[in-house]
Amino acid sequence: MEAILFYLTATVAILSAFFVTKCRNPVNSALNLVTTFLCLAVFYVMLESPFMAAIQIMVYAGAIMVLIVFVIMLLNLGLTVKTRYSHGLATSGFLSALVLLITTYMVRAGEATGIGGDVTSEVISSYGHTELIGKAMFVDFLLPFEIASILLLVAIVGAVILSKREV
Amino acid sequence: MITVNHYMLLSAILFSIGTFGVLTRKNAIVIFMCIEVMLNSVNLTFIAVSRHVGNMDGQIFVFFVMTVAAAEAAVGLALMIAFFRNSDSIDVDDFNMLKW
Repeated sequence: MEAILFYLTATVAILSAFFVTKCRNPVNSALNLVTTFLCLAVFYVMLESPFMAAIQIMVYAGAIMVLIVFVIMLLNLGLTVKTRYSHGLATSGFLSALVLLITTYMVRAGEATGIGGDVTSEVISSYGHTELIGKAMFVDFLLPFEIASILLLVAIVGAVILSKREV
Repeated sequence: MITVNHYMLLSAILFSIGTFGVLTRKNAIVIFMCIEVMLNSVNLTFIAVSRHVGNMDGQIFVFFVMTVAAAEAAVGLALMIAFFRNSDSIDVDDFNMLKW
């Protein structure tokens, strides 16, 4: 059952990611990207991380995709008719196949070490995933959390300044 | 039985699809979306290995990757709007104003 769900969702994720790169209309690419994000949220649920699935849908499929679709419609882009020259296409296909081969080799070359940490399935089901994330974030990672908030503030100010007509 | 290797292979495939899109497309927004696919494949690796190892730190990393992606989306799309306003195009081949 788990394997069927995994392979089905993986097929949908790979196909929609491929169509992100292949669609001529940017809006179609954006909608395929939403499908990829939803499939990844399914994987996060299968990995017993429901909080990550929730923020994947809210932040990525909600906020970021709304921003991207908004900009696509604001710029009123047409279909892309120009494509890159064919030997460029061949080179980039070769390069990405090389990336795939290297990463596959690295995955198959060794085993993940340190198996048997303290966060097991029983711990997650007794405490709840959100509580564990909150404890880790606000106790061990408090300073990076505050730095992230400053980063978001800087990004907001930067976006406002950049999109003003004259500064 | 689905092991951590399945998830890592899947995210390797997604990462290479994203690389292919970044290298082949000309539209800057589509390139941006392909970068999002690459970021998400890395997030999948982080969560799968975090569950496999039994440690919460990888999922905190995913949280920060999402924060950086949101900041990147805001600033990058503002840059694209500013560029489109100047040159009426969003092809990466037209991004050559810093050449001398």
